[in-house]
Amino acid sequence: MPNKSNIPALLSAHENDLLSAWLREQSSSGDRTMRVLGENEARDQGRQLIAAMRSAVTDSGTDSVEGPGWDRVRDVLARVSRDGAQAGLTPGETALFVLSLKRPLFDLIRRQPGVDADSLAEEMWRATNILDRLALYTTEVYSHAREEIIQRQQADMLELSTPVVKLWDGILALPVIGTLDSRRTQVVMESLLERIVETSAEIAIIDITGVPTVDTLVAQHLIKTVNAARLMGTECIISGIRPQIAQTIVHLGVDLQGVVTKATLADAFQLALARTGRVVPGAAR
Amino acid sequence: MGEPEVLPIAQEADVVIVRQRVRARSSELRFSLVDQTKLVTAASELARNALIYGGGGEARIETLTSGARRGLRVTFTDNGPGIPNIAEAMRDGYTTGVGLGLGLGGAKRLVNEFEIDSVVGRGTRIAITRWA
Amino acid sequence: MDRIPILKMGRCLLVTIQVDMDDRLATTLQDDLTERIAATGARGVLIDISSVELVDSFIGRMLANVAAMARVLDATTVVVGMQPAVAITLVELGLELPGIRTALNVERGMRLLREALGEQTTADG
Repeated sequence: MPNKSNIPALLSAHENDLLSAWLREQSSSGDRTMRVLGENEARDQGRQLIAAMRSAVTDSGTDSVEGPGWDRVRDVLARVSRDGAQAGLTPGETALFVLSLKRPLFDLIRRQPGVDADSLAEEMWRATNILDRLALYTTEVYSHAREEIIQRQQADMLELSTPVVKLWDGILALPVIGTLDSRRTQVVMESLLERIVETSAEIAIIDITGVPTVDTLVAQHLIKTVNAARLMGTECIISGIRPQIAQTIVHLGVDLQGVVTKATLADAFQLALARTGRVVPGAAR
Repeated sequence: MGEPEVLPIAQEADVVIVRQRVRARSSELRFSLVDQTKLVTAASELARNALIYGGGGEARIETLTSGARRGLRVTFTDNGPGIPNIAEAMRDGYTTGVGLGLGLGGAKRLVNEFEIDSVVGRGTRIAITRWA
Repeated sequence: MDRIPILKMGRCLLVTIQVDMDDRLATTLQDDLTERIAATGARGVLIDISSVELVDSFIGRMLANVAAMARVLDATTVVVGMQPAVAITLVELGLELPGIRTALNVERGMRLLREALGEQTTADG
């Protein structure tokens, strides 16, 4: 950097004024961050940010905001961004939180006595450079945070939608409802295998009555799960294969590899009871 | 955590070390248990190949970042005889003892990305990647 | 060099694998087991892999070899406690374990062995 920036000195000498101007700018720009976080929290974060920026500019200059000198600034912003994501703020709003600092900072720079036009322009450029980059950073953090939240919600939904049920001592049932996609099938099958271990199930019934269609990938996953369970020492029965699904399986040329299938869950249950050595009284066999 | 590490593969005990380091690093990256096991198993196969077929070599473990995603790449290199027919080597030869398939096809199924470079008389390089 | 201990319980041999085996240790186990089956006339072999987090092609082949040799010596092999992640990986690898019966835990495994051997071992199995 050709000459040192005066920004740290400005930030230090006029911190309170800057902070107040910034908060005013936030509310007038329509940024909801302050309303969502509460004024005290916004003020507190703002103060931390100004202090952190002061050290960052002093130590690392204003060319980039990626380096270790800017870690603390990024941490504060990351926190604001994540809290915002959780509270339902848009990425634009969290970016506005940062960008609202521009005008107050520019005013400070401009009002410096006895500074030539070139130096002024240089300082304004520095200020705009770092604030733009920081604003971009908040939007990136925001998207990651949203992605994490969505993934967690998806995982929760997956778990809720396919409970593993203990039908009898040593007999588990997994009633699958809804369309199976490749990823969901994998998650569901893994949890079935975990439950098999937990309950020492001798037989696991996978009931797909509630599944409208099955494609090759899903059929293959089902078979892999059955094979994995067999490797572990548990037999599986697939029940609830509707005629359409049976047709699909034949059409796709999927080899069921000796997997036992039954039309209904009840039939599968009966078979499981018989296999595990219990006889159902009065059952026609 | 992000430092690449290079492990020598010169004897059988080294294969175990490769397994353990791959396990530790994929665990740090919060891979699911199944994904960890798949990667470690593939690494075990390839480390053994480098030792037995390649006459010894090394494994390089590094963390990859792609946006918000993190992955682990393990690259096996040896200066062995090289693989004359890669397509053949990728085919499954996995029954008990019959067929000397190098298990490359199996290893490929366990990972997200699989790259192989081999020159007869010079050596082989195989890179496997698994994303969290 | 350490070896994996083999216990004798009645007419059965019990092996619990708790370490990360390198190829040499696996081969040693295979040889030791075969030798002990022959020496003791054991009719059943129970291998507990509930602590094993990795079964690759070498270890898979070792287990299959043990089962094959045990059969030649008129003994049944049961492998118990395979972890789900290991099972899923083996299926993906396409590795089969021919001639090996499996069970979820030692208790079930012993039951399997007793059934396979008929009534003879209930007294001392």
